[in-house]
Amino acid sequence: MDHPYFPLLILFTLAGAVVLGLLFVAQKVGPKSPNPVKAEPFESGNPPRGDARIRFSVRFYLVAMLFLIFDLEVVFLYPWAILFRQLGLFGLIEMGIFLGILLIGFVYVWKKGALEWD
Amino acid sequence: MNETAPVQSQGFYAEEMTISVGPQHPSTHGVLRFVVKTDGEVINEAIPDVGYLHRSIEKIGEKVTWHGYVPYTDRADYLAAMFANQVFCMAAEKLAGTEVTRRGEFCRVIACELNRIASHLISVGTFGQDIGAMTPFVHALRERETINNLMEEICGARLTYNYIRIGGVGYDILPETCTRITEFLDHFEPIVDEFNRLLSNNKIFIERLAGVAVISKEDAFSYNLVGPNLRGCGIKWDIRRDIPYSVYPELEFEVPVGTGQVGTLGDSYDRYWVRIRELQESCKILRQCLKMFPKGPAIAKVPRKFKPPVGECYARVEAPRGDMGFYVVSDGSEYPYRVRIRTGSFTAMSIIDKLSKGIMVADLIALIGSLDVDAPEIDR
Amino acid sequence: MQAYIDQLIRDGYFAGMPKEVVYAVAMVLAAFIVLSVFVAPLAGVTSWLERRVWARMQSRVGPNRVGPQGILQWLADGIKNLLKEDLIPSAADAKLFSLAPYVVFVGFLCAFVVIPFGSQLIVADLNIGILYILAVTSLVVVGILMAGWSSNNKWSLLGGMRSAAQIVSYEIPAGLSILTIVFLAGTMSMQGIIKAQGWAPWDWFLFNNPFTFAAFFLYFTAALAEGNRTPFDIPEAESELVAGYVTEYSGMRFLFFFFAEWGNLYVIGAVATTLFLGGWQVPPVTSDPILLGVLQFVVFFLKAYLWVFIAMWVRATLPRVRVDQLMALCWKYMVPLSFLCLLGTICWMLVFPKGNQIFSVAMFVLGLLIVAYFFKRVVFQIRHARPELYFKPHI
Repeated sequence: MDHPYFPLLILFTLAGAVVLGLLFVAQKVGPKSPNPVKAEPFESGNPPRGDARIRFSVRFYLVAMLFLIFDLEVVFLYPWAILFRQLGLFGLIEMGIFLGILLIGFVYVWKKGALEWD
Repeated sequence: MNETAPVQSQGFYAEEMTISVGPQHPSTHGVLRFVVKTDGEVINEAIPDVGYLHRSIEKIGEKVTWHGYVPYTDRADYLAAMFANQVFCMAAEKLAGTEVTRRGEFCRVIACELNRIASHLISVGTFGQDIGAMTPFVHALRERETINNLMEEICGARLTYNYIRIGGVGYDILPETCTRITEFLDHFEPIVDEFNRLLSNNKIFIERLAGVAVISKEDAFSYNLVGPNLRGCGIKWDIRRDIPYSVYPELEFEVPVGTGQVGTLGDSYDRYWVRIRELQESCKILRQCLKMFPKGPAIAKVPRKFKPPVGECYARVEAPRGDMGFYVVSDGSEYPYRVRIRTGSFTAMSIIDKLSKGIMVADLIALIGSLDVDAPEIDR
Repeated sequence: MQAYIDQLIRDGYFAGMPKEVVYAVAMVLAAFIVLSVFVAPLAGVTSWLERRVWARMQSRVGPNRVGPQGILQWLADGIKNLLKEDLIPSAADAKLFSLAPYVVFVGFLCAFVVIPFGSQLIVADLNIGILYILAVTSLVVVGILMAGWSSNNKWSLLGGMRSAAQIVSYEIPAGLSILTIVFLAGTMSMQGIIKAQGWAPWDWFLFNNPFTFAAFFLYFTAALAEGNRTPFDIPEAESELVAGYVTEYSGMRFLFFFFAEWGNLYVIGAVATTLFLGGWQVPPVTSDPILLGVLQFVVFFLKAYLWVFIAMWVRATLPRVRVDQLMALCWKYMVPLSFLCLLGTICWMLVFPKGNQIFSVAMFVLGLLIVAYFFKRVVFQIRHARPELYFKPHI
């Protein structure tokens, strides 16, 4: 119980309780008048054409991939940040090589045009 | 902005969705609808769908008298109602050979230029709002409120004026109103500079609009664009200068044209900038009119049962959205035989499909705003 | 807070109950207090303040009827939304549709566990404090994607995906700017970072070296983009995709998303204050613990709220950036710049291991000059900003 992450568990469940509680209240207190027109998806006043479950553009996948790589790089830099003063120059050179490899990757990605949103 | 996505050109195929932008939409100016085929970001085709605001104004013209039709012309473009009033009355006067009094002409120009300022304020304000800047919109509307109050003083109505009548104007402009108009102009001219500092010179705004939806001069001619849309492409054509009417030959003002100062000539920023400059020019015109204001009757003697001789006539004015023309045919009775309204926004809709190929959805909104299309003008 | 509970147990309260239960109950109570007394009114009052601040910037008045000066407006909005019909569109995936607001809400709420309001006023001083905040605020992406997907509406889907792409891209400059500070502080714990700074402005990390100065603005911009605030609020742009990923939501579910957004504003301000502005550090004027605690809390709250105010100010002023410009800004400008700030800070730390006091003071003076110049430019507007009603009927 004196684990430092225990408050997290508390807040997760508390947030869930609050959300569920408020939605429960809303469900009990709110009016109920179902109407087929109300239940239709909204498309600026027209009946919707086509299904929304379509294939979407591949640029979102590209962004996710790039995020994965660079965010993991940032996460790997955090332990070095804490131990920076102890590791000194040796750590700097090692991590510099790591950053350099990723920098080459970044430049490659840039030149290949994967950063264009079009 | 007109290149296709490199990812797609490598053989990846993203499905196209057909989205309907409007008619119930906070951004399109009035009830307009576009059927947009897009893959989510880049538009392949945007087909406008008009007619949601059709009120058969032209047909109504055949059923009411010449005098009685003037309030209906207000509704042809309710944001620039004075101009529709004026052009219809000009057409009727040309048919009947009526001479408008000099004071009446000056009253007309004052009312029209005030209305031009109001219409352009709405145009640039809503344009800023579409781009995302909410504050300039409210500032523009605040200034327009003063103009609405002035119009209410002049003619009793804030939006649909029914002020310009056949032979002159309905009511005279009193000296107190002239003082208040001068006060408004003194207050308003620094506000335009403030507006420029807030919106026009904003880097994000410029980046959003520079080079977006460029209209070349040939396209502008072949698609029959008018007004600030045409002048934004660099073509100097203004009905007040080139086919002068009323007392405009005696007034000194410049006709602003787009110069491609950011991005390409004829892009959205140029059209927007022409409107801002026209605001300042209208202030100049108003000051000159108030100085030159003659005495005399405000309206000429026109018979109650107005029966122009048989014939047809076309009159045009420079409305805020371009060249507005009324083609009237008379068969000698007190009801017009046919009234046909030609507006600038209708032709501007036709170029949207051409310009929208290859731009993004956000740019489509910027394009519609920069063309300043107005649903009542399109559908009448 | 643990130490305080230990003190109470030693004083003889809670006799007979096992220690763990006391801790657990105290924790639950503290969490509940934080949630109901602080977070909920905070998000609500922020929404009211935002509307008033916008309105004054737009020559209007804003909500001023409900309660004194309209301060209970958020309560009225909340109750109104509670009384609305609980509508789930027929084509929507009901389970995901209901779950999405919970995920977004949790995403921002759990950040409050490590926000340090005072030297003793923190729910749990995790030793990975700032990394935990980065991780937990990314839960919002999951929630937004769920909301967009489950609505079964093309607009929502587009909005959700674009929002997810935006938040996810801006994690990187934000993470890098935070990393710069972690280098300087040597620890990720929030209290540790604050203790590594001093109470005087030139001891703050903001003025430590020019690279952290730049990193601060990078962090603030990236955090605004992560919070879906203008100029990066494409997913919520009303004039583009109706309401984006919340198009199909109504009533209380709709409110949860915005609750999370306003609360997130405060988290952004709090993190910026902790990392760059010295947190709750106050000059040593008193040694009474209660008074000191209150003073630290007030100082921290005001500093964090200053950034909330500036975020609202930015929203009222700037237009929206288009989505491809936004992505280009992130990947082509902010990521390289963040790396540069990082490298600059590392070099600075190697050259000046103990920091350079003279430089910090010089940068602080420069900052003061910039603020003074800004006020000189706007003094005209401030003097003429009177809340007078503009209505002058002549007739």
